Amino acid sequence: MSVQNLNSYDPFADEGDPLGDNADVGSTADYIHIRIQQRNGRKTLTTLQGLPKQYDPKKLLKAFKKEFACNGTLVDDEKMGQVIQLQGDQRAKISSFLVENGLEKSTIKVHGF
Amino acid sequence: MSEEPLFDPSLKKRKKKAVVFIEDPLGADADPTRPAPETIDSTTISGETVDLGPTTAHELMSKSGGSEAKSEKKEKEEDEFKAMFGDVKKKKKKKEIPLDFGDDSGTSTPAAVEKASGDASQGPTITADDIDFSDMKKKKKIEQEEDDGADDDDDEGLEPDGSHLDNIDEAELGDDPFAHADPPVGLDAGNEAWLKSDRDYTYQELLTRFYASLHAANPSLLSSASKKRYTIAPPQLFREGNKKSIFANVTEICKKMHRQPEHVIAYLFAEMGTTGSVDGAGRLVIKGRFQQKQIENVLRRYMVEYVTCKTCKSPDTLLTKENRIFFMACESCGSRRSVNAIKSGFQAQVGKRSKNKTG
Repeated sequence: MSVQNLNSYDPFADEGDPLGDNADVGSTADYIHIRIQQRNGRKTLTTLQGLPKQYDPKKLLKAFKKEFACNGTLVDDEKMGQVIQLQGDQRAKISSFLVENGLEKSTIKVHGF
Repeated sequence: MSEEPLFDPSLKKRKKKAVVFIEDPLGADADPTRPAPETIDSTTISGETVDLGPTTAHELMSKSGGSEAKSEKKEKEEDEFKAMFGDVKKKKKKKEIPLDFGDDSGTSTPAAVEKASGDASQGPTITADDIDFSDMKKKKKIEQEEDDGADDDDDEGLEPDGSHLDNIDEAELGDDPFAHADPPVGLDAGNEAWLKSDRDYTYQELLTRFYASLHAANPSLLSSASKKRYTIAPPQLFREGNKKSIFANVTEICKKMHRQPEHVIAYLFAEMGTTGSVDGAGRLVIKGRFQQKQIENVLRRYMVEYVTCKTCKSPDTLLTKENRIFFMACESCGSRRSVNAIKSGFQAQVGKRSKNKTG
């Protein structure tokens, strides 16, 4: 007769590595990332990723395009969700635009050189 | 007797220096003449007639009533000095005069200001037994004097101004050379502008004052802090062809920061949204055109995030990986914290799609 409690049994055995499939370990995911990417010549792309859910990316894109006088598009990425893509280096403008419209500056991360 | 005058000048110089230092260059000319007489008068009156403690307190109270106006800084400063350091002056006068005669062989040269202050401090202690004055007062004096000495060293550039002031003071003072000598000491100790004003001191002011006197008393702290200035060779960037940049001294910089080149490179690529590789000579080939300034910016951000300790700002840290999490341990303060993993975000499609078909 076996007592269940005495069995050596690892209750977490089938859990695997708790951090195994968590890609953003140690990072807070709720940042808004503004990145820049070089294209050919002196052309650049600005991407905005991690927009909070309560904001409509479509409307924001429209506002950006009008405000910054640039073109842009909304890209659906499998991992990153919807990403706003703008032509040219709009990083500073985007961050100041977002701050002016009530977003916390501490939640915005501007990357790039 | 000759010793006294010699000793006094140095003290005067300190005081004058302090005043000049506090005030704007423009006001410097006007200040020297005014402050000296006022201080002298107050000292003579207060010192000779009234008790040290009470007089100072009264003066402080009366002065505290008013509000500080910047234009009146100089006058107020002088008043404040009198009020604040009135006791010191008096104490010094009584005690120090005898002491100086006996102990001090006269530190005549201004350059020896520090030594003089040190001697003066020693003198009082030695003679304390002989004199009836309380030890406490003497100790206070000593401390202030030491502080002053340290301050003086820092303010050496201002000495010339003090010299002509000294002469004026001496002529006016006549009897009490020491009296005004002491005030200067006090001034040095608290040479902040707010000393003149009557308002309450703010935390910030007292804090800066504390650090000023701390560094004055312990120059070693200051020097060690300044020594530790962390410098890194600027990144060397070359262009390879039209579309690639070469970051030549990556390995050197990584060594200086005590970080794995892979980690630094991963961060560079993630931040700049590009790719690249390390060539045979240990140089980093980056896709895209980058200038030294741009790389420098990224490196700076890397250091803020992964090198300098968030607690003590020391760059002396170690980065270790445990359970897929990077931990940064500070070697100088012992703090340990996890740092964000390097994550490259969304990469937009750049260039021809046909080139990067994955399948």
